[in-house]
Amino acid sequence: MNKSVYDSPETTAVSRRHILTVLVDNEPGVLARVIGMFSGRGYNIESLNVAEVSNDEHLSRITIVTEGTSEVVSQIEKQLLRIVPVHSVSNLDEEGSSVEAEVALVNIDLNDSNKKKIYEVCDFYRARRIENENNYVIFEIAGASERINRFIKEVNQITKIEIVRSGPVAISTHKNTKEE
Amino acid sequence: MKQEMTGAEIVLQSLVEQGVEVVFGYPGGAVLPIYDTLFKQNSIKHVLVRQEGGAIHAAEGYARSTGKVGVVLVTSGPGATNVVTGLTDAMMDSIPIVCITGQVPQHLIGSDAFQECDTTGITRPCTKHNYLVKDPNKLSPVFHEAFTIAKDGRPGPVLIDIPKDVQFAKGNYIQKEKIIIPSHRLFEPEIFKNDEKINEVVNLISKAKKPIFYIGGGCINSGPKASELVSQFVEMTEAPATMTLMGLGVLGSSHSNSLGMLGMHGMYEANMAMHECDLLINIGARFDDRVTGRLDAFSPNSKKIHIDIDESNINKTIKVDVPVVGDVKSILKKVVKVWKDNNLKTNKSDLKLWWDKINNWKKIDCLHFTNNEKEIKPQYAIQRLYELTKDKKTFITTEVGQHQMWAAQYYKFEKPNRWLTSGGLGTMGYGFPAAIGAQVANPNALVIDIAGDASILMNIQEMSTAVQYRLPVKIFILNNEYMGMVRQWQELLHGGRYSESYTDSLPDFVKLAESYKAIGLRAKKPAELDDVIKEMINTDKTVIADIWVTKEENCFPMIQSGSAHNEMVLSKDQKQDKLSAEKGKILV
Repeated sequence: MNKSVYDSPETTAVSRRHILTVLVDNEPGVLARVIGMFSGRGYNIESLNVAEVSNDEHLSRITIVTEGTSEVVSQIEKQLLRIVPVHSVSNLDEEGSSVEAEVALVNIDLNDSNKKKIYEVCDFYRARRIENENNYVIFEIAGASERINRFIKEVNQITKIEIVRSGPVAISTHKNTKEE
Repeated sequence: MKQEMTGAEIVLQSLVEQGVEVVFGYPGGAVLPIYDTLFKQNSIKHVLVRQEGGAIHAAEGYARSTGKVGVVLVTSGPGATNVVTGLTDAMMDSIPIVCITGQVPQHLIGSDAFQECDTTGITRPCTKHNYLVKDPNKLSPVFHEAFTIAKDGRPGPVLIDIPKDVQFAKGNYIQKEKIIIPSHRLFEPEIFKNDEKINEVVNLISKAKKPIFYIGGGCINSGPKASELVSQFVEMTEAPATMTLMGLGVLGSSHSNSLGMLGMHGMYEANMAMHECDLLINIGARFDDRVTGRLDAFSPNSKKIHIDIDESNINKTIKVDVPVVGDVKSILKKVVKVWKDNNLKTNKSDLKLWWDKINNWKKIDCLHFTNNEKEIKPQYAIQRLYELTKDKKTFITTEVGQHQMWAAQYYKFEKPNRWLTSGGLGTMGYGFPAAIGAQVANPNALVIDIAGDASILMNIQEMSTAVQYRLPVKIFILNNEYMGMVRQWQELLHGGRYSESYTDSLPDFVKLAESYKAIGLRAKKPAELDDVIKEMINTDKTVIADIWVTKEENCFPMIQSGSAHNEMVLSKDQKQDKLSAEKGKILV
């Protein structure tokens, strides 16, 4: 339930994945404040994503995937709200429905023997070819993390690949008046 | 109206508009333009310390004794890193501080320039907020926001890092009232809908059979009116009340409902009552581990109300039933009103039974110690100090360790803001500079730093400061030639192996005082004690009183680490059971 050394060891609450989205003033150091709070208080970050979402107001949205019991995650939310440039924190799992997606870029070593098979897999997963230089082909795939995992697994069985993933971003499907 | 001035002038103008009277600081290369501007004006007094660590503790002492924001001015690099301890201390104990640091000019940032460090990076986790100001036009908005943030909600330290070129550059000054701070950057009480909760609070209290108030430093931060309201409400309910180390003084020590301090070295009756109560009313405290002891055995049968301005303190370590987020003063005002309007009362006969029980615990007389005529008992020294200073306007600061706990136990505080001690961080070396700050703010008061022989050496260089500004601060050293609390833990938990806890080669404190042109006094025997204290009080100069006390005295009562409130150890002969002692050893 907490990080105190005086904690009772018998806490049995279930730990699970949560997606937090944090709306912040886009000012220098704001990301460091957020991730520093996680490392300083011993919380986990599974993935993290940050980009400006409104230019005129200089707001950025940080999407953090973390793991913890509901007590820990509620403590994380409250600690985030203490940070001065933080506007709002929402736990998308608690708000009910949300949509999440991530992007992966995959650099595939293509040759005549594996070409056909790879194109089949890419077509099936709707991975888009975006660049072609020498023998290397780069595909872009976007969608649920699970689907990207399966795609990577299948291509990996055919040939050597290099991957970069964005980590998920997510948005609530409810109308929210405070957003951009 | 726009006024063009240099960055350094904007800094000073901002301080003046914020009502700052004193700045504690130390000059250096990267703040020379600000010091130059300081030289040309008369409205702000600068107190030159002897090490930057002293400046920030002095600012803390100033802030705590007045309720105002303490201001610090130091240079880049080592100037900034030396204030890190004090910033963390102010963060933990919620003290409003604005700390100005110089920085190398912008074109040198990132080049490992002389006296460069990543000040905002280093201080990010130990400030409420910090700024690196790159544009002189942004200086005044930043300063006005910084002062607001330092005081707002749960107070804390704010740091402003200013590159040297920005101090020279010209810019516009913007007045305080023209700055609009967006609400999300401040504490927003209106988002916590408290009115229903307040009804719940008064209902629970009126029905409780064994209620207890657990009062913390939040009541002091909320201002003197909050302390009055808390005392008033405690009286209306006729319930017992205990205070944390930070909360001492909220309820006068002599108040008939006060059980004194609780926690690790708290009163037996306070801890027993916490353990047995059926309703615990936490006002402005944060269930610190020095207070709770073992969490799974903490006040096991009570409903818990928690009034706190910092939402992150709710359910952080202890699950509570009724959380109320907000400022103590405004919440207690409502609580008192609802209580009066509904003509509520606690049940007299239930409360009588509860007080009977408590009075039985009191009979244990947990602060009893055996005096003798050969050696000064440290407890006796504090008792005499209290008796001989109680009629004056006295501020007590402390360092950290046994002397701190004895001061908390044996000195009786009747008013808030008179007791300045480092609670959360436990910073040795805090008390003397804090006393300097308190004396600067209260020139006519009696300010005493109750110190240990080890702690005082951590900031002894500030003797120069005290003497330079003719501050009649009194340093009352309980000298046992040990780091007493370390020695006590080694005795109780580490088989009496006093590893590095003997303070060998101590200076002669009397001669030390004299070398700074201060007054040095010494008491070796109980018979000399009163005379030394009287002379100390009556001397209008900085004084070190070196009080030789029993060397291996332990601080009791004590809840040893890993134990619960009802497992207090009252004396050396009463040992903690072996299992919990083993478990407790790994804790702090």
